[in-house]
Amino acid sequence: MTDAQPAPYRLSPDQELLRDAVRTLADERIAHRAAEIDRTAEFPQDVRELLASHDVFALPFPERFGGMGEDLLTVCLAIEQISRVCATSGLILAVQELASLPIMLAGSDEQQARWLPRLASGEQLIAFALTEAEAGSDASAIRTKAVRDGDDYVISGEKRFISHGSVADLVMTFALTDAEAPRHRRLSAFVVETDRPGFRVVRTEHKMGIRGSPTAELAFDGVRVPAGNLVGAEGDGFEIAMRTFERSRPGIAAQAVGIAQGALEVAARYASERRQFGRSIGEFQMVAAMLADMDARTEAARQLLYKACVEIEAGAPDAARWASLAKLVAGDAAMAVTTDAVQVLGGYGYIEDFPVERMMRDAKITQLYEGTQQIQRLVVARALLGRDG
Amino acid sequence: MNIVVLTKPVPDPAASAERLTADLRLDRAASPTVVNGNDEYALEAALKLTEAHGGEVTLLAMAPANAPETMRKALAMGAHRGVLVTDPALEGACAVSTMRVLAAALRTLEYDLVLAGVDTSDGGAGVVAAGVAALLGIPYLSYAARIEPRDGKVAVHRLSPSGYDVLEAPMPALISGTQLLGEPRYPSLKGIMGARSKEIAVRSLVDLGLSASDAGGAVATTRVLEARVPAARGAVQVIAGPAPETAQAIVDFMADRRII
Repeated sequence: MTDAQPAPYRLSPDQELLRDAVRTLADERIAHRAAEIDRTAEFPQDVRELLASHDVFALPFPERFGGMGEDLLTVCLAIEQISRVCATSGLILAVQELASLPIMLAGSDEQQARWLPRLASGEQLIAFALTEAEAGSDASAIRTKAVRDGDDYVISGEKRFISHGSVADLVMTFALTDAEAPRHRRLSAFVVETDRPGFRVVRTEHKMGIRGSPTAELAFDGVRVPAGNLVGAEGDGFEIAMRTFERSRPGIAAQAVGIAQGALEVAARYASERRQFGRSIGEFQMVAAMLADMDARTEAARQLLYKACVEIEAGAPDAARWASLAKLVAGDAAMAVTTDAVQVLGGYGYIEDFPVERMMRDAKITQLYEGTQQIQRLVVARALLGRDG
Repeated sequence: MNIVVLTKPVPDPAASAERLTADLRLDRAASPTVVNGNDEYALEAALKLTEAHGGEVTLLAMAPANAPETMRKALAMGAHRGVLVTDPALEGACAVSTMRVLAAALRTLEYDLVLAGVDTSDGGAGVVAAGVAALLGIPYLSYAARIEPRDGKVAVHRLSPSGYDVLEAPMPALISGTQLLGEPRYPSLKGIMGARSKEIAVRSLVDLGLSASDAGGAVATTRVLEARVPAARGAVQVIAGPAPETAQAIVDFMADRRII
C-alpha cells in the first residue's frame, strides 16, 4: 500500500466539465427533439450525428483508437445527462458502449484496431444480440448456432428485442458453439457485419417507451463470418456477456437516473408555477412532500450508481453485485419518480403536451432490460449467499 | 492566414441581474462571465476561415485576472491560443483605454485579420473595434455578414436595405462581424479537454510598453453618472390564430401606435 491520497468523494473537475458540456448539448440540441422522436418512433439519426460530431461516442473507447479513454463513471454521467431530456437518445450511447464492451474486454489487438475506431467516432453503430424468444433471463438457453466450416463460422438462428438491431452496422452476436459443454461454456461471441448475406431484420417492435430506439427481431439464415470475427475463445461467450453486464448495467442505471431527474425537474417547475386555491401547488404540503421524496429517491439512486462505477472501475471482486444494485435501485427510482411526476401535474401529466407521461413510459424499460429487476435481485442474493451462477 | 479574434468576457446574460459597485462600475467579480455572444460569431467565422485556408486563431482579451476560465470555452471551440491583458491599473478603463491596450497588444502579434463582434453585451458602445483599427492604421470593415479572402485582400458582405454591399480591403485588416456570419459551434468533448493545455499568455500594461497614464481607470474619459433598473414591462398581449389574421393584427397594432 502506498501513501497515495484517497480519491475525494466528489466528481473530478474533468468529470464535471464533461458532464456540463453534455448537459448543455442535451438541453440545447436534443431536448426539443424528444417529443417528436417519441411520436414518430423514428431512430434519431440527427442525434446520432450530433453525438458523433461532439465526441460523445468517443468517451468509453481507448485513446489509441480515437476514443477519450474516460472511466465508467464519466460515461454514465453522459448517459444520465442525455437521458434527462430524451431516454431514446441516452440509449444510443449506452447501446454503443454495451455492444462494444466484448471487443474491448476480450477482443484481440487486431480486432480492436479493426472495429473500435469507427465505433468510437460514431461512424458505425453496433448492437448487442444475446436475447432470443426463448432465452431472455436464461441466457444459457440460446439456440442460435455457430458451426465451424473451414476458416469460417456459419451462424443460424433468430434474435429478439435487439436494441439498434435494424440500424447497426455490426451486431455482437452470441451463439451456441458446443451444446454438450457445461452450461457456461456453450456460447461464443461473434461480430457479424450486417451487410453479410443471410442477415435479415425481420421486424421492429411497437413499444410503450424508448420509442425512437429501434428494437429489432433479427434472423441469421446461415450467415458466414470468418473465424477472425470470433471474439475471445470458443466457449467464452457466456463469461464475456456477464463481464459486459458488469460495465453496461450501470449505463442503464444512468439512463434511469437521468429519466428520474428530468421528471423531477419538470414536476418541480410545474409545482411552482401552477396555481390553485390562490397559491402555487408546491406550497401545499402534500405536493411538497412528493417532490422531496422524488428528489431523495433520485439522489439516492444517483449516489449508488456513482459509487458502483468507482468500485467496478477499481476492479472490486463483487463488481456484478454493484452493477445489479445500481440498476435495481435506479430502475425502481425512475419508475416511482416519473409516476409521481405525472401525479404532480395531474391531468396535464397524462397528456402529450407535457413530457412526464413520456418519461413514465420510458422509465418502465429500465426495470426490464439488461436483466429484469428480478435478475438483479438474483445476482445480489447470490453474492450475499456466496453462490455463483 | 492568421487571425486574432477580440473576445471579451462579459457577465452571463443568462445569469441573474448584473451587479454594480458603489461607483457604478460593473462588479465583474460578482457576476459569472461568458465570452461576449457577438464575439463567438466572429470566432466561428475565424475558425471556418483557418479551416479552409490554413493558419491559426489567437484570442485577445483585456479583462480581469480570472478571465482564462472564460477564455477556455472559446479555446475549446478550436482557437489555438489566447492572450490576456490584465492589470489592476485597468480597473475602470474606458473605451479609449481599451482601444489603446488592444492596439498595443496587437502590435506584438502577427496577423492577417483581426475579427470582433459588432458590440459587447455589457459596455455596448460598439466603438472599440473601429478605434483599434484607427490606432493601428489598418482598414476597418464593419458589419460583415460574410468574409472572403481574395488574393491578399479580404472582401466582406454587408447587408443593406436593397441587398448587400461588397467591401474590399488589403490585409491586414480589422473586421467587425454580425450574427449573419453563422451560428457558433458547440465545443466537442475532445476540444474541451484539449483546451485545458492550450496557452493563455498573460500580459500587463508594462509588458505592452504602456503605463497607467496611457490607459486605465486613472485616465478614463467617461464616467457612469447614474444607473437605473428599467421600468417594468407593460401587459403582454398574445395574438394567436391563423397566420394571415395574426399578421394583420400585429400590423394594425403597430400602425395604431405609429411604430410603422
